[in-house]
Amino acid sequence: MTYQAKLRVWRGDAEGGGLRDYTVEVNEGEVVLDIIHRLQATQAGDLAVRWNCKAGKCGSCSAEINGRPRLLCLTRMGDFSEDEVVTITPMRTFPVIRDLVTDVSYNYEKAASIPGFTPVARDADGEHRMQQVDVERSQEFRKCIECFLCQDVCHVVRDHEDNKKVYAGPRFLMRIAELDMHPLDNLDRRKVAQENFGLGMCNITKCCSEVCPEGIHITDNALIPLKERVVDRKYDPLTWLGAKIGRRPHP
Amino acid sequence: MTTTAPAPAGTGAPGRARIAARHLRTDTWWVQPAITVAVLVAFIIYSTLRAFENANYFVAPYISPFYSPCITKSCQGSSFPELFTGPSFLTPAIYILVVPLGFRLTCYYYRKAYYRAFWLSPPACAVAEPHKTYTGETRFPLVFQNIHRYFFVAGLVFNVILTYDAVLAFRDKNDHWGHMGLGTLVLLTNAALLWLYSLSCHSCRHIVGGKLKSFSKHPMRYKFWQVVSRLNGSHMKLAWVSLFGVALTDFYVRLLATGAFNDPKFF
Ligand code: SF4
Ligand code: SF4
Ligand code: FES
Ligand code: FES
Repeated sequence: MTYQAKLRVWRGDAEGGGLRDYTVEVNEGEVVLDIIHRLQATQAGDLAVRWNCKAGKCGSCSAEINGRPRLLCLTRMGDFSEDEVVTITPMRTFPVIRDLVTDVSYNYEKAASIPGFTPVARDADGEHRMQQVDVERSQEFRKCIECFLCQDVCHVVRDHEDNKKVYAGPRFLMRIAELDMHPLDNLDRRKVAQENFGLGMCNITKCCSEVCPEGIHITDNALIPLKERVVDRKYDPLTWLGAKIGRRPHP
Repeated sequence: MTTTAPAPAGTGAPGRARIAARHLRTDTWWVQPAITVAVLVAFIIYSTLRAFENANYFVAPYISPFYSPCITKSCQGSSFPELFTGPSFLTPAIYILVVPLGFRLTCYYYRKAYYRAFWLSPPACAVAEPHKTYTGETRFPLVFQNIHRYFFVAGLVFNVILTYDAVLAFRDKNDHWGHMGLGTLVLLTNAALLWLYSLSCHSCRHIVGGKLKSFSKHPMRYKFWQVVSRLNGSHMKLAWVSLFGVALTDFYVRLLATGAFNDPKFF
């Protein structure tokens, strides 16, 4: 079934821009990225859009569709009714370069600032050993495709540009959680998570988990467990005392 | 082309795509926060009225969860040692309120619910919040959310007491064992739901095993952690169901106490 869809696409750059109306043909089974490509091929040759795999695996085509952060290539046109206007904008948390393309360097800077994997000493035979059950938890986090939709939707930075300086965002707090849960990692990241990467800013309202195309339980499995670990280190007088008198080190 | 004027704060920060609208969502994103507000406000009104009513909370052998443990000398019934005589304007419910209230207020799920629905921070995903500045849970008073685990432990003590109340509900009016009425079942269900809610708590998940770096060195705790993790997946549901459970249990006891209803007896 072919029909003509009504699209509103944000066109412009850092200087300014706005929503522009288009009518584009849609065929059965197509995704929003197909329609953007058809728009580019037939009416707007200079429309900028970033994409790569068209399979929800490269994390390039992040945008906002009808106000919700989503991947262009994983959003089916069939999700909308034929007479509905589908509005497509770039991610609204990062500086825009042109049209649907944003500058996501904030994320790369945060990624680089996280203290890396710091392994314990090797076993006597020169090997590192760990059990599957010990890495299972963090394997969920490694499904991340770095689309940064979670970073885009997180109101801590979306609604407060200032916080970008002090807040790493769900993706990278999850990275800290991953390392803190790693059986071979030897660095205590609980203090920096709170003091340098802004874990306390997260108010666990779960929008990151809602938009993640990989369905990672970012809040329940990474952020809240990390908050609990930080409480052990910083706020719980009993575990603090336990650690002071040497009975209970970071387990 | 629709030109859009620069928005002031939030997504209107310099360099971002100029879109004046606070959000472009077309779905009914406001329904969920509206329901949350409605239900929580209804619960707060009902429980406040009941906490001040200071009557109709005990009818042998049942006691309302709002008034248990009943610790003052003015208590009806004798399900718990009466420890002191308080000023008459304070009802027995007021003294114990802090535990269930603190437990639920600092619960990670309820925090999400009321930050969104009452504080609009954010009202829904990708809908701009109305506040100019934001510090999350880093400062007083919200930094105190971090003591949730203490309320969790206190909540467990209350669960034990409410379970004890449910056991006592197997006695009849004259304290003879071997009775069971609909009220017994109501009290039992309420206690069971409270246990499930507590055990699915994120702090519980952390304490039983989540805090460990290595599961393979602690196989028992790994098992516990798996069970709690499974329950934790339903924590939101359990939070609501157990809240209704408490209110309905209290309401049932009130119905019996006011004589509006007669407790059907099973044996
Ligand atoms: S749960 Fe925390 S990190 Fe995730 S979107 Fe909400 S505030 Fe941001
Ligand atoms: S965690 Fe999910 S939403 Fe965030 S960057 Fe990774 S895949 Fe994208
Ligand atoms: S194009 Fe690769 S995720 Fe959409
Ligand atoms: S997280 Fe909800 S009770 Fe602890």
